[in-house]
Amino acid sequence: MKSISKYYHWLTCALIVMITLPAQAKTWRVSPKGKLPSVQQAIDLASPGDTIVVEHGIYKEKTITVTKPLYLLGINYPVLDGERKHEVLAIKSSRVTVEGFLVQHSGYSSYNDIAGIRVYNSRLVTIKNNKLFDTFFGIYTQHAANCTITGNELQSKAVTELNSANGIHCWKSDSMHIVGNKISGHRDGIYFEFVTNSLIEKNYSAGNVRYGLHFMFSHDDKYVENEFFNNGAGVAVMFSRGVTMIGNTFRENWGGAAYGLLLKEISDSRMEHNRFLKNTVGIFMEGTSRMKIVSNDFDNNGWAMRVQASCSENEIVGNNFRGNTFDVGTNGSLVLNTFNGNYWDKYEGYDLDRNGTGDVPYRPVSLYSMIAERNPATMMLFRSFMVSLLDKSEKIIPGATPENLKDERPQMRPFKR
Amino acid sequence: MKKIIKYVILDILRNRIMIGYTLFLLIIALSVFGLEGNPSKGVLSLLNVVLIIVPLISIIFSTIYVYNSAEFIELLVSQPIKRRSLWMSIFTGLASSLCTAFFIGCGIPLLIYVPDATGFTMLGMGLLITVIFTAIALLASMFTRDKAKGIGISILLWFYFTLIFDGIILFLLFQFMDYPLEKAMIAFSFMNPVDLGRILILLKLDISALMGATSALFRDFFGSGQGMIIALLIMALWIILPLWFSVRRFAQKDL
Repeated sequence: MKSISKYYHWLTCALIVMITLPAQAKTWRVSPKGKLPSVQQAIDLASPGDTIVVEHGIYKEKTITVTKPLYLLGINYPVLDGERKHEVLAIKSSRVTVEGFLVQHSGYSSYNDIAGIRVYNSRLVTIKNNKLFDTFFGIYTQHAANCTITGNELQSKAVTELNSANGIHCWKSDSMHIVGNKISGHRDGIYFEFVTNSLIEKNYSAGNVRYGLHFMFSHDDKYVENEFFNNGAGVAVMFSRGVTMIGNTFRENWGGAAYGLLLKEISDSRMEHNRFLKNTVGIFMEGTSRMKIVSNDFDNNGWAMRVQASCSENEIVGNNFRGNTFDVGTNGSLVLNTFNGNYWDKYEGYDLDRNGTGDVPYRPVSLYSMIAERNPATMMLFRSFMVSLLDKSEKIIPGATPENLKDERPQMRPFKR
Repeated sequence: MKKIIKYVILDILRNRIMIGYTLFLLIIALSVFGLEGNPSKGVLSLLNVVLIIVPLISIIFSTIYVYNSAEFIELLVSQPIKRRSLWMSIFTGLASSLCTAFFIGCGIPLLIYVPDATGFTMLGMGLLITVIFTAIALLASMFTRDKAKGIGISILLWFYFTLIFDGIILFLLFQFMDYPLEKAMIAFSFMNPVDLGRILILLKLDISALMGATSALFRDFFGSGQGMIIALLIMALWIILPLWFSVRRFAQKDL
């Protein structure tokens, strides 16, 4: 008993310290016509842990550098303007919070990565509820960890891939938390390289010139309930393992080289409850292995999936395939993946024992999709009498289509979600 | 001329085959839209009807009609009527009654179930294909006096347009796979009204696959107003050319 009361003592002391510490922090007010007209000046005067409140106004201070743990709070979106020459806000300290600013007109450069807000080698930085307009890179982190980027709106005016940069760009970072941002008009909406153990949730990435989401060498990240809409080439993810994607929506990614989701060299990953709507290709898989693609919806895509012969040991189970022009396309006869228990709206089999599972296997690859894969110009004959004859005869006696690519237990009814 | 058209139309409309054709189309269209909950799927099923059965019936019926009314035509030729206007009125009568049948059989269900651009395109293409194949039938019937041979030629022509042509295209595409054939494809599609009609309908319908990985060119061309006008002009040409040749032959023919 005695030892416990001793601990209580310590605990009370610790609590008192924790409660009184913030009270010592000072608040600095910056306003265009006040005593302190410059944000940088306030940062230099402040001591770690202070709050800097910035009133509404336009601040053109070249690059504002934050070198100590501070809380920067903007009232009514004060404008930090980079005059199209400078990086606007550089955070070079841990435990910095930036909230409520409008960051605009950063510099543009073809050899420097100039950003609206850039985090250098720091931990526990929070960037929340800011608006970024016409920036080159939007929010850029390098060697950062445990940072939170949430509720920001990023909008830029990218036209070509060469003259534009990414919305949220993370490089060599860990345990990032990117939630509820809206990104448009950049090159890639969200770009990761060497980013691990991060959570990307409820972001909306639309109308970017290249990809809505793009990551490489980023292992063990989790993507939940994001929406990727009408990006130049959809979403591309490459060279990563341990990726989890749940409840994301990929829709209307159009164009000759556009994909809902491009998986290249991805392994040991999981995709569940995602929706692919009206994409040219729902999922394009290349060199992908040990993926579990479960309970997703593929509706009204050109190809629901294109699985290249370089993929192996992927499991495609319990998905709905509805209204797709082609269900599955492939480029070879080697099949090392399992399709099982999916619902295919083109299935023409029967279910005599009424257990909800079709009695004959379904072959999702049609002869014509193989022909179109080899010779795209044949799309001219799409849905002609000739082609349906070919397809029908191929269904009865498979010759050119891969023999093993089949669903042994096709569902009779679509899964309800 | 008006009197002859009126007579031809009345004669055809009284024909049981015509009534059967109308009912057949109507039953197919209604059941297709009734069975499929999704109208766009129904349109796809109807697409095959429009592209296969409509040309077949149009060409065969027109050919048989021309041969069967050989005596009637001879009688009229002996009257003070220009051969050209006689032939044109037979064509007009045939085409308008077949179009009426198609409109009642397919057009009305289309307008009820899919009253959008897809439905209208399909209706327009169906009507155009009906008229085109009537014109082709008239030309075919000018080649020979023998009824059996004439019907044979018609069936062959139908076979060519719906199947053989596509087979040849597929063959050519694989023979010349290493060359850029996209532009040539548009020219190829002009050579067959059935293909042209199908592509125009599909562009309204199945855009995803067509524009996607491959034939963005098709969409660029036919999707633009200019391309659409060119396509319609080509369709018109497919009516005018066979008709013009058949009129020329009929005018000089020794009946």
